Amino acid sequence: MEFRFFYHFGRFLLMLTGMFSRPENFRMYWKEFMKQCVDIGIGSLGIVAVISTFLGAVTTVQTAYQLTSSLIPKSTIAMVVRDTMIIELAPTLICIVLGGVVGSKIASELGNMRISEQIDAQEIMGINTKAYLIGPKILAALLTIPALVVIAAFLGIFGGLEAGKLSGILSHEQFMEGLRGQFDGYNVFFALSKSYTYAFIISSVPAYYGYHVQGGALEIGKASTTAVVVSCVMILFADYALAAILL
Amino acid sequence: MIELKNIRKSFGEKEILKDVSATMEAGKTNLIIGASGSGKTVLMKCMVGLIPVDSGQVLYNGEDFTAMDDKEKKPIRQAIGMLFQGSALFDSMTVEQNILFPLDMFSTMSYKEKRKRVQECLDRVELKDANKKYPAEISGGMKKRVGIARAIVLNPKYLFVDEPNSGLDPQTSLVIDKLIKDITVDYNITTVVNTHDMNTVMESGDHIIYMHQGKKQWEGSNEDIIFSEDKLLNDFIFASEFFQDIKEMRKMEMFRDKKWRSKGGEAPTNS
Repeated sequence: MEFRFFYHFGRFLLMLTGMFSRPENFRMYWKEFMKQCVDIGIGSLGIVAVISTFLGAVTTVQTAYQLTSSLIPKSTIAMVVRDTMIIELAPTLICIVLGGVVGSKIASELGNMRISEQIDAQEIMGINTKAYLIGPKILAALLTIPALVVIAAFLGIFGGLEAGKLSGILSHEQFMEGLRGQFDGYNVFFALSKSYTYAFIISSVPAYYGYHVQGGALEIGKASTTAVVVSCVMILFADYALAAILL
Repeated sequence: MIELKNIRKSFGEKEILKDVSATMEAGKTNLIIGASGSGKTVLMKCMVGLIPVDSGQVLYNGEDFTAMDDKEKKPIRQAIGMLFQGSALFDSMTVEQNILFPLDMFSTMSYKEKRKRVQECLDRVELKDANKKYPAEISGGMKKRVGIARAIVLNPKYLFVDEPNSGLDPQTSLVIDKLIKDITVDYNITTVVNTHDMNTVMESGDHIIYMHQGKKQWEGSNEDIIFSEDKLLNDFIFASEFFQDIKEMRKMEMFRDKKWRSKGGEAPTNS
């Protein structure tokens, strides 16, 4: 694939600026926004719940495995699980998964609409398709993905709590004691900053690739794959950049 | 009326449209015909603004569409209905929702009035018992009918139809051609049809533009085409013996109707 960064970046910015126009019918935009909230938010809830619960469980078991010294209290495991889930695993790992799930869906949906001339049909009607098709997706992602990240953090900690008890590593009381100790609210702000950034990447990058597909079914597949790969790389890059800036 | 003035369009080094000027007559079925790759679809997409022209003008009732910004184009776009080659129905919506969509977006009608209008359009295209079906569940001919119903639901002034007969059997093609022709007359709209189907040319075209390698080669009426001396046009239209016979039959019919002399043609040979 030819790598033309400035060409794609310029076209991406043009797509974003093209989204800002007065809606033809606010009710229809609201309907589309709600549909996207359901698709992105509710549609991803199952996979997010499963992954985050097991991430928390595995973090508990592996942290316990590494903390061999009897001088370190068991409740430290809960502190590690809490901070790992909030700072890194819930926002970054969950968003990488969502980049695959939501990103490929957005890219293939828009790509299919482009190839089958459905986008052209809406353009002919006088609809700003960038605003109507892409805008609600980005807004819905900005609303639902941070919410999913918060749910993921809670479920991860819950998974850690139950895994600690089930594997006999630490009791619920010990876990709760560690969970309450040395909590820093700034970590939540940091996690939410990350999740808003990733939500924008997860929705806008696949929308860009899907909206600009040319060709046939093969190109939709390629656009979908490229969208997921580029989104994941950008999430990892943003992860480092935000850590360097905010921590 | 739609006027095209010196339209040029290139993709990279390849020039697709070469200084095309033509007129689409109001209230008539205007056909753009030509072989595959002659620039018909690009010309149509330039006319509706889906592809920007490199130079030239597209005038809708004298207003230069090509010089307008997106906001200025909106009223004209809302007066345009278009049936795409693959119908371009929204596959996540039912037939009824597809036709309702433009009304929901642009109309201030009540829900009841919208439903009534949708049913009127479905009745007009003679589509029954398909309201709740999805595009994937209906045939190609039915998709074309839904596409036409969606295109006319906002009472357009202009109807663009891209390859209405592609993928259809001859019988369904004739039905779709007749439907387009009837709608043009009933609603008094300016229709532009992009086709290489000779049945459409002979039966439903009022005004015909023949494209050859990106240029307008010939322009005239359905009757003029019988008398045309243009070799490229004759080679294209009357390539098969069947259509040559139809040409001769048409000449004889016109001779019989005493239209012949007014056209200044010679008497047909009875070979």
